[in-house]
Amino acid sequence: MAEHYKPQKYKAWELTLEERFQEYYPPLSEREATVEANRCLFCFDAPCMVACPTHIDIPTFIRKISTGNVKGSAKTILESNLLGATCSRVCPVEELCEGACVLKAEHKPIMIGRLQRYAMDYASENNLKFFEKGKSNGKKVAVIGAGPAGLSCAGELAKLGFAVTCFEKKPMAGGLDTYGIVVFREPVQVSLSEVKLVEDLGVSVKTNMEIGKDIILDNLVNEYDAVFVSVGLGNVPDMKIPGENLPGVLDGLDFIEETKVKKLNEIKFGDRISIIGAGNTGIDCATIARRLGAKRVTMVYRRSEAEMPAYHFEYQFALGEGVSFMFLTQPIEIIGDKKVEGLKCIRMDLGEPDASGRRMPIAVPDSEFILPCDMVIKAIGQNKPNEMIAALSKYGVETRKGYIAVDDETKRTKHAKIFAGGDCIRSHGEASTVMAVQDGKIAAAAIHKQLLGTASPNEKHLEPVLTAPVK
Amino acid sequence: MADLSIDFCGIKSPNPFWLASAPPSNSAYQVQKAFSEGWGGAVWKTVGAPVLNVCNRYGTIDYKGSKIIGLNNVELISDRPLDVNLREMKETKRNFPKHAVIASIMVESKKEAWQEIVKRVEDTGADGFELNFGCPHGMSERGMGSAMGQVPEYTCMVTEWVMEATKLPVIVKLTPNVTDIVQPARAAIRGKASALSLINTINSIMGVDLDTFAIKPDVGGKGGHGGYAGQAVKPIALHLLSAVASDIEVQKAKVPISGIGGIETWQDAAEFILLGSTSVQVCTAVMKWGFRIVDDMIEGLSNWMDSKGFRTIDDFVGKSLPRISSFGDFDLGFQSVARIDHDKCIHCNLCYIACNDAAHQCIDMKSMKWNGDTTEKLYPVVREEDCVGCDLCSRVCPVDDCISMVEINTGRPHITWNELVKQKPEILEWDKMEEYRKTANIHIH
Repeated sequence: MAEHYKPQKYKAWELTLEERFQEYYPPLSEREATVEANRCLFCFDAPCMVACPTHIDIPTFIRKISTGNVKGSAKTILESNLLGATCSRVCPVEELCEGACVLKAEHKPIMIGRLQRYAMDYASENNLKFFEKGKSNGKKVAVIGAGPAGLSCAGELAKLGFAVTCFEKKPMAGGLDTYGIVVFREPVQVSLSEVKLVEDLGVSVKTNMEIGKDIILDNLVNEYDAVFVSVGLGNVPDMKIPGENLPGVLDGLDFIEETKVKKLNEIKFGDRISIIGAGNTGIDCATIARRLGAKRVTMVYRRSEAEMPAYHFEYQFALGEGVSFMFLTQPIEIIGDKKVEGLKCIRMDLGEPDASGRRMPIAVPDSEFILPCDMVIKAIGQNKPNEMIAALSKYGVETRKGYIAVDDETKRTKHAKIFAGGDCIRSHGEASTVMAVQDGKIAAAAIHKQLLGTASPNEKHLEPVLTAPVK
Repeated sequence: MADLSIDFCGIKSPNPFWLASAPPSNSAYQVQKAFSEGWGGAVWKTVGAPVLNVCNRYGTIDYKGSKIIGLNNVELISDRPLDVNLREMKETKRNFPKHAVIASIMVESKKEAWQEIVKRVEDTGADGFELNFGCPHGMSERGMGSAMGQVPEYTCMVTEWVMEATKLPVIVKLTPNVTDIVQPARAAIRGKASALSLINTINSIMGVDLDTFAIKPDVGGKGGHGGYAGQAVKPIALHLLSAVASDIEVQKAKVPISGIGGIETWQDAAEFILLGSTSVQVCTAVMKWGFRIVDDMIEGLSNWMDSKGFRTIDDFVGKSLPRISSFGDFDLGFQSVARIDHDKCIHCNLCYIACNDAAHQCIDMKSMKWNGDTTEKLYPVVREEDCVGCDLCSRVCPVDDCISMVEINTGRPHITWNELVKQKPEILEWDKMEEYRKTANIHIH
């Protein structure tokens, strides 16, 4: 988030637990939104719109806020992105729309994310509905996994008249938007209301349905005209170090999930917590831990600040939350008798660049030390969707770097009926909600074209609306 | 969904949004692009007498970081050959038969000249005419444009010439550069005009360059008056519109009005319609942002109409006109006072200084603890018994709904100035006025 954002006055020690988990950024008031919207230049063929992976017509939705047509603004957003409410909260806007804003260089970029949230909040507070279920075209599509990619695909298909059923393994739909985004960035309710929006379009969302356990993949492939696979990724992988199974060692995503589904005062946390990894999930775990009340939270990362995968604004945020960082530090063992008592680490130096192009960490001899802690949270990425990939292999579906391989233009796998999107195909590019939403849109348009033989009327929202003829 | 289509004295348009006769409606390319982006009609840039243009043609007023709240120009009527314009009008009407194509015309003050151009335009299939009696620069010096519109007799005469030559609807476009716009409006009606449009641009000089002493806009070292338009002129346009629309002779003639002057958004358009416009014309906003603004204008107006329960534009044309009154008929007994919401006050004290220096000294700064303050703070507090209800403090307050004007009952008689002077003509003397004020509970401090 851009530096000019006005955060809540935050002094953790003055706030109750519940207050600490309220949305970090307060909603814009009508005046703030109007003033900010009027600052927008209303660029033509605007770079922000190109930078948005879902190509929301940003200048138009902002102009509509400035003229008081907030209803129309919300419609403009949702036409390109059914999960506009989530995206307005969780998108790395500095890297995307706001990073491309023409006012960035000499002025402050427009607060596009927060203006989008303003319009989305307006639509939800006024219970506005913009889309209808399309006239039935007789085709059925199964969506496996009701995360952002699945919901986007399902919603777009339902608008086009498909009968869509989503199968979700968890008790609630929404995927990481529901379970994996820290609650002070996005309340659970926002994600669930997007699920509701998709259900209101006639999509049947079946939860607690796991492929291979509650339903058989073969049946879906046989019974449906197309299948969209959006299962996301797996758990945090093993670090393969001693002590990994001690009580007090947690999977980072499980830790975040607790804050989304449990009462805050029922969540167990340590006094001294070590977080392993320095990606965005690690930052989320660290900041949650601080807000829950952990006294010392340290992120342990084997490379340096320059290589850390977390967004810079997330790093800045964590520093402000009082999180400590130990860079160039590699965990080698989790110490403890019956539970975690410490994390044994070794100091690292950076050597020559490795295959990823980043400088390779090399252990400094005899530099081992023990970081005392009573909880270790692993946040070193997620396993590939290996079970799904195994199940899909009999249909000839291929993989790319361990992810499901798809054609970029259609999101179709090697099997004609099977499409995929979201984190499970993200062999390149950033895994994010907004990318998943676009995958769903692309797949929905491709499924429409494949099954009905005509271009989807929604295809115009797949690309940015650039209209100037270039000579 | 509201129906935005209009029938403007026989000119049909899918919505009330028309391009004004101006640079954006200069060619078939522009007008057809505008139609395909949603504009309902266009008044073609004025065709007629041959002209030569100068540069620079535009000057602007920028206000505190915001560009173009006002725009002036010294551009003339179309400098493209008449034949080309007529051919393109024909092509445009053929390609967009359901959109309104209106030809703005202006020639020298000769009956034959006016009647000839009318005939030539009729052949294009255009839906009607707009007579440019308003252009305040360049053409007026040659006896055309506002030179005609400023003399009611000319306005009436030329309108008659045109009406005699055509059966198509004729809109007379009025200049604001007159003392009383109702006079040329009535003259147009005497000439049997089918409709009126207003306002044309206002005489203006945009500024002086403090380094070079050049006039803005600077035409090779010289400058002169040009036509002022854009957001800044909207209040003037609304006033002139309401004056014309509520005039008894205009109302009797039942001619529709096309409103012009600073319309940028659907909200502006709705205000013009509430004050008597059936269609609205836009230029400056398009010059700033392009035709695409019409998308929000249409959607915003439609959403607003739905929220108000209006199904058609006719449902609210002139709906606010009955509220247009004059000072002598206002209620002298209506009393309001300022109330400051101290929960919302941000302590900028702008209300205090405005009242103290520029109004009636009835806001005091008081040291007090308010609703959770731990120490005393200075708050502006209205002395309601002295507040005259001028509303200045709430106008300067930067916080929405922090200062509101609240109606109070003072027991004053609800009487208008006109009624009072009729009943008590003696109050026109100061001593009697003082006596009346005492009886009426009016205290001036």
